[in-house]
Amino acid sequence: MIELIRQDVIETSQFIGTEKFDLRVMSVMARVPRHEFVPKEERAHAYKNRPLPIGHGQTISQPYIVALMTDLLKVGVSDRVLEIGTGSGYQAAVLAELVREVRTIEIIEPLGHSASARLLRLGYSNIHSRIGDGYYGWPEYGPYDAIIVTAAAGHVPPPLLAQLRPGGRLVIPVGSRFFVQDLLLVKKNLAGQLSTRQILPVRFVPLTGGH
Amino acid sequence: MINGFAREAEYTVRERPPFVSVALISAGALAYELLLLRLFSIIQWHHFAYMAISLAMLGIGASGTFLALLQGRLLPHFRTFYIACLAVFGPATVGCYALAQRVDFHPEEIFWGAGQLLHLVIIYLLLSIPFFFSGCAVGISLIRYQKRIPMVYAADLTGAGFGSLILMAGLVLVFPLQCLALVGLIGVCATVVALCELRMQPRLGLIVLVAVITLPALIWSWRGELLISPYKPLSQATRVVGARVIEQLSGPLGLVTVVANDVVPLRYAPGLSLHAVTGPPPQLGIFTDAGNMSAITASSDKSPANHFDQLTSALPYHLGQPESVLVLGAGGGSGVLQALRLGATQVDAVELNSNVVHLVGTRFQEFSGGLYQRPEVRVHTGDARGFVAVNRKSFDLIQLNLLDTYSTSISGLNALGENYLYTVEAFQSYFKRLSPNGYLAITRWLRVPPRDALKLLMTSVDALRSIGVDNPKERIVLIRSWATSTLLVKNSAVTSTEIAALRHFCAKRGFDLAYYPTMPRTEANRYNVLRQPWFFDGATAVLSDKSEEFIAQYKFDITPATDNRPYFARFLKWRTVPEILSLWGQGGGALMEWGYMVLIATLIQAIAGSVLLVLVPLGWLRRRHPQQRSVSQFQLVICFAAIGLAFLFIEMVFIQRFVLFLHQPIYSAVAVLTSFLIFAALGATWAHRFSQRGRPAQGIVFAVVGICLIATSYVAALGPVFNLFSASSLLIRLGVTSLLIAPLAFCMGMPFPLALVRVAAVQPTFVPWAWAINSSASVVSAVLAMILAVHFGFTLVVLLAMALYVLALLSLPKNGQRVPWA
Repeated sequence: MIELIRQDVIETSQFIGTEKFDLRVMSVMARVPRHEFVPKEERAHAYKNRPLPIGHGQTISQPYIVALMTDLLKVGVSDRVLEIGTGSGYQAAVLAELVREVRTIEIIEPLGHSASARLLRLGYSNIHSRIGDGYYGWPEYGPYDAIIVTAAAGHVPPPLLAQLRPGGRLVIPVGSRFFVQDLLLVKKNLAGQLSTRQILPVRFVPLTGGH
Repeated sequence: MINGFAREAEYTVRERPPFVSVALISAGALAYELLLLRLFSIIQWHHFAYMAISLAMLGIGASGTFLALLQGRLLPHFRTFYIACLAVFGPATVGCYALAQRVDFHPEEIFWGAGQLLHLVIIYLLLSIPFFFSGCAVGISLIRYQKRIPMVYAADLTGAGFGSLILMAGLVLVFPLQCLALVGLIGVCATVVALCELRMQPRLGLIVLVAVITLPALIWSWRGELLISPYKPLSQATRVVGARVIEQLSGPLGLVTVVANDVVPLRYAPGLSLHAVTGPPPQLGIFTDAGNMSAITASSDKSPANHFDQLTSALPYHLGQPESVLVLGAGGGSGVLQALRLGATQVDAVELNSNVVHLVGTRFQEFSGGLYQRPEVRVHTGDARGFVAVNRKSFDLIQLNLLDTYSTSISGLNALGENYLYTVEAFQSYFKRLSPNGYLAITRWLRVPPRDALKLLMTSVDALRSIGVDNPKERIVLIRSWATSTLLVKNSAVTSTEIAALRHFCAKRGFDLAYYPTMPRTEANRYNVLRQPWFFDGATAVLSDKSEEFIAQYKFDITPATDNRPYFARFLKWRTVPEILSLWGQGGGALMEWGYMVLIATLIQAIAGSVLLVLVPLGWLRRRHPQQRSVSQFQLVICFAAIGLAFLFIEMVFIQRFVLFLHQPIYSAVAVLTSFLIFAALGATWAHRFSQRGRPAQGIVFAVVGICLIATSYVAALGPVFNLFSASSLLIRLGVTSLLIAPLAFCMGMPFPLALVRVAAVQPTFVPWAWAINSSASVVSAVLAMILAVHFGFTLVVLLAMALYVLALLSLPKNGQRVPWA
């Protein structure tokens, strides 16, 4: 799986803006036990580079996309990260290995409970989860150095942008449950101004021969 | 065996065929087919529904194969077998659906592994069972009553024609799942009538037995529950804490569900500017068929809905001051509310689905702040294209906002739905309704790399040129947010004042300029930065003199849609597919167009299934009758496959073509289908005369000449006829539709039964095999017709159908000869 990700990064380097992912990200991707985050019947596919269903109409993203989103956040060890859409808890676990604290909110109750129990069992003590409406973020503990929104709804909630620390980054995967079209990266500069990049995760140019 | 057939032929002279029960079972089968499309469109996605049901129809082909293999054993027990098929049909319709919807199938996941394929096959098999029994009932009747084949076939067609009408009435009156009970009841009626027609004893006891078998199924369908895919938007919305379904209405245009949530409010503001300070006020979600979502936004002074000004669709209100606005595809009323909030004084809203209009205008009138009761607002229920064609008023702004749901747009699931709102001819009609400085504004979900936006640009350019505008690019503006793009086409040249306002609008909201006249490249791609300014580069290229070269080199198909090829959402080029597949691991699947690929997969499976169903009895027949190997049988396959292909080619094209005339897809489907089947039944009845005179070939020649003459004239004349009656009432247009279809369908009803009569005359054992060939070809035809129409347009499909009818005529077995082996 890690080798596949590495190859994909090399192939798409011009498109995703980096020659290789942060070594720490790759190391964590190799370390976090993905099979623990997928249903039993899907475990055989846990380390394949593909999204997997986790029930309740939700999926766990394909590892390459998880690694790319994590790398785009450029998190540091002392950072505090907010995740909207806990899902299985896999993305939170990946982030938790890289930062000081992860706060994650899940809107679907059974998913949130099972993710919370799983993360506890796996010993992720720096992840704090709750069930609720992620639209308003978790302002009591903000601002955040990075925010990841895995349950985007056509627009970026203004309260989340307000909870992003100057110099922070926010990432949203755009597309359907099984196919990510592009990644929206929102950066807030030190003056509080926002800029966005839309990153096509694939090596594709729309014109024959490229341009 | 031959003696057995001679004996059966004697029965057919004395015994009246069970016409009424044949008609009833055909009505049930067609109603079931259409109902499955509705049900699976709700619980799954439309195109997977189409695939599953298309392939399930192979059940009819399988019945032909089954009969070809076992006809000798079954014919002596005709009455028992026939009654049994009818009796099983009713409970099977309900039972098989109940089981099929429990199969754990997730369409998108199928592209990531083979595991889901098995589930899909189980669904095919389950759904094909009722079709198998209805096919057996009709097929065994055709075998037994070979002297009256045209009449039995006419009963089959007549029943099917009424089947579509019965279902549409059912969908208006009850929920789709309850319509299953209706179909099951048709099966029961068919059985009871058949018991009377065939004078079976003990009649009462058998009727009670049928009722007892069917009753539990009927009760389930009345009280059962639709199991909707967890990936559909309605399922996602209702799984959220606090979600409540507060209203549900059913109709032929879809199942409409309204969801409220006080705990986690719904928030629908597609492409909202990142600079927006607040999101939308409280909303209710309206889901059509558990998918396509729009929102009713609470409108009051306390909740001013300021977010409407932070969307790309707000642009025209900042360039000019449009007072009269036409909103096409009003949905939950967002476009209307936006127009009023941004200064319009008169808003006309057109919405196709009367249930949605009822919800916004009446049921949730208070929530919407009486939006549709306001004196400035006029609501029209009907098709947008039809409204524009008939209405003579001019507007300062015509808006089409996000008519597709996000997920279907992004995944390309709409690639094959005909859409007459985004064709060159549609744009021409919009321009006619614009005031001298009016705007046409179209907002779409953003797709990267660009597709929709560039195709819309090309469509605008073609439409403007066709109405005599020499320099279209002076009239065009294109902007984008990270989620949406808005194209503005002005009815005159864009002024420098408007350009200044445009720049200000975009800068204030962080939207990107993608095109305006004289725009420099340096102004593009500033806020939502792509790797290259693809939208600007593409727009500039398609508006340049070298647009043809650019379109040819572009990896997506951005040639404009036309009324002859109204597939706006189809962008895939075949040469791009290998590249996309090679990028799978990086997420290249998002570049694929799943609606189109599903159709191709359906075609491949349908062909494979058909070949199997045709070849299985062929091998058996060869072993069974080795003495006939001296002659060719290839002709027979060609003949019946050609008839099956041709009939559906024309029927499918007409259903799609008449949407433009009848202004509602559902009217077109019902009117065209019913007219085709009923008039084809009349043709089959008339064909009986040729059969009685022993001149079936003469009848086929008559029919094929008629089809070619009428179809050729329609290729040229349908457009002008549509224009002539476009302003007439629906009743008149329905009448014109029937009149137009009548002569063509009449002729089309003749070749199949007459060719079957010829086969019965030369080789009766091949009658069920011919039935299998024709049924299987019909399944392939429905899918192939769509693919051909997507690529080459309707005209070519009709021309091909004519050629196929000629081919069928040429490949008829010669009179008095045994059917030859290959």
